[in-house]
Amino acid sequence: MTTQESEAPVTGQPVGGTLRGVGVSAWFGARKVLEGVDIDMRAGVVTALIGPSGCGKSTFLRILNRMHELVPIATLGGSVLLDGDDIYGTALPITEVRRRIGMVFQKPNPFPAMTIGDNVMAGLRLTGRKTANREQLIEESLRRAGLWNEVRNRLGAPAGGLSGGQQQRLCIARSLAVRPDVLLMDEPCSALDPTSTRRIEETILELKDQLTIVIVTHNMQQAQRVSEHCAFFLAAEDEPGRVVEQGETEHIFGSPEDPRTADYVNGRFG
Amino acid sequence: MAATRALGPAPSKTPDKPTDAAGQAPRRRPRAWRWADIAEFAGSAASALLLTWLIFDRFLPFRIQGVAFFVAWYALTLPIYWLVVRDGHGPVAARDRLASVLVTTGAAVALSPIFLVVGYVTYRGWSVIDFGFLAETMELTGPLSGADDGGLLHSLIGTLEQLGIATLIAVPLGVLTAVYLSEISGPLARPTRLVADAMTALPSIVAGLFVYSIVVIRTGWGFSGFAGSLALTILMLPTVTIAAEQVLRVVPGSLREAALALGSPYWRSVLLVVLPTARAGLATAVILGMARVVGETAPVLLTVGGTNILNVNPFSDYQDNIPLFVFNQIRSSKESFVDRAWGGALLLLALVLVLFVLARLAGGAGPGRRSRRKKGAAK
Repeated sequence: MTTQESEAPVTGQPVGGTLRGVGVSAWFGARKVLEGVDIDMRAGVVTALIGPSGCGKSTFLRILNRMHELVPIATLGGSVLLDGDDIYGTALPITEVRRRIGMVFQKPNPFPAMTIGDNVMAGLRLTGRKTANREQLIEESLRRAGLWNEVRNRLGAPAGGLSGGQQQRLCIARSLAVRPDVLLMDEPCSALDPTSTRRIEETILELKDQLTIVIVTHNMQQAQRVSEHCAFFLAAEDEPGRVVEQGETEHIFGSPEDPRTADYVNGRFG
Repeated sequence: MAATRALGPAPSKTPDKPTDAAGQAPRRRPRAWRWADIAEFAGSAASALLLTWLIFDRFLPFRIQGVAFFVAWYALTLPIYWLVVRDGHGPVAARDRLASVLVTTGAAVALSPIFLVVGYVTYRGWSVIDFGFLAETMELTGPLSGADDGGLLHSLIGTLEQLGIATLIAVPLGVLTAVYLSEISGPLARPTRLVADAMTALPSIVAGLFVYSIVVIRTGWGFSGFAGSLALTILMLPTVTIAAEQVLRVVPGSLREAALALGSPYWRSVLLVVLPTARAGLATAVILGMARVVGETAPVLLTVGGTNILNVNPFSDYQDNIPLFVFNQIRSSKESFVDRAWGGALLLLALVLVLFVLARLAGGAGPGRRSRRKKGAAK
């Protein structure tokens, strides 16, 4: 099944965009939650953000596609460059930033008022674009998300009838349908059972040649399995979160330089 | 008492009697009422009834009848029942049962006016309603005609037109206001919500007076169905707004985020995700607003005018509607007119019932159903 689905048409696809956080800090009101984060997320590479709860990983991820500012009291410092352009600058409209940098959330959130097929096409409707071949795009997106074989006969059924893991892959397909350069995943498997988690991880590995992926995860094994680059976030008490160490995933898990990283990846705290 | 509980045999009476061929032990229902429980209450009520009869018909030197008899019966039942249960099950169970009886009584007393009103209106109005009642007007009906002569076609047409126009104005305004309150929540949201809340308590005659003085008198337009629609709109708007806002609020924020994360402009995410997700609830809000105003009498009295003649044009001249029809007929001294008023009241109740059934149906519709219908229409 895996080989069959990796045959999805990829010709002419961009291999993804380069995303670079430069000195990113973040505040909620007066509370500083993130300080001076520099991370390079290279094209076609899976970057994992790990660290204990409350260390600012998710906040950093939401800064990467301008979801952070949906919280009224949220502010930020530094800049995020997508292929060299500041996504908070005037060159890129906010809707274009979010279209090029897609996001999959912690809890599956398909649109309940739409069918499975409509959910895949939702991104195009929402960005006001037309497609010449609706069926083809639905099939391609669902194949890329590894869901096509399970739902091919019920594209007209409500999306709420799918299982949690299927819903999450539907959300991935929905994000892929607008052809993003980068896909951000905020703990995409934390609400799923082990089997669904494995399917999502397979999907990630199939997608990584086609676009840049940044994944936040609490699961050490998952970070080791899917990512090539890894950044370890940590927040001391009453202090904002910082990146303690980053580098090749093998290096972070095999021979970390910082003792705190070693403690965390070996499960001694967090 | 407590009709929701299934009647079952006492568990202690047949503890080991097999109920099926497999020889399994019978299912025990610890919460089921036993016949003994019912007998305890029935016996208490019966003894209280006899005691009340004894007091009222034999001991008292004068006769008290009617409500006082039932009140005394009820008041005597409570202590007798308490004593009976305490004797059999102990004081804790007795207090528990007594509380159950009091709460059930409260619920029954609160519900009874609804059934009395609906029942009496049906009883009085049923004989009047026939096809002619719906298809004729009062234009040629004199005071000597019977109740089966004449009808309220002119009022029915007026009600439907006025309600329709009011809905057409109030629903877009109300839903837009709700979107402002829940999605944009700008600086005006708090005062707007306050005003909308206060306006639900606006006395309906004030809305009528307002439209009367501004539209009917000031512009020289005179009485018309449209003026009535405006008065109804004023009453409908806050109901629709508040109900719609509450519905929009329960749309999960994660859906908005999902839409925005796809690169959607905010207005598209509201239009294509938030509103369709809340579609069923919004339909309920609209119908609740309609049900709120369909029976209003005071505002239409001052704006629509009232007439016995069929006038299908809501924009000029006097119209009628069903509450006004009831109001005008019931004031007559002629029995046939009063009967017709009850017929109109029954029709009004039926209309409200239809609206509520529609609201329930709209509230239960899911996305799959809609898509099937869409597909069918496409073919």
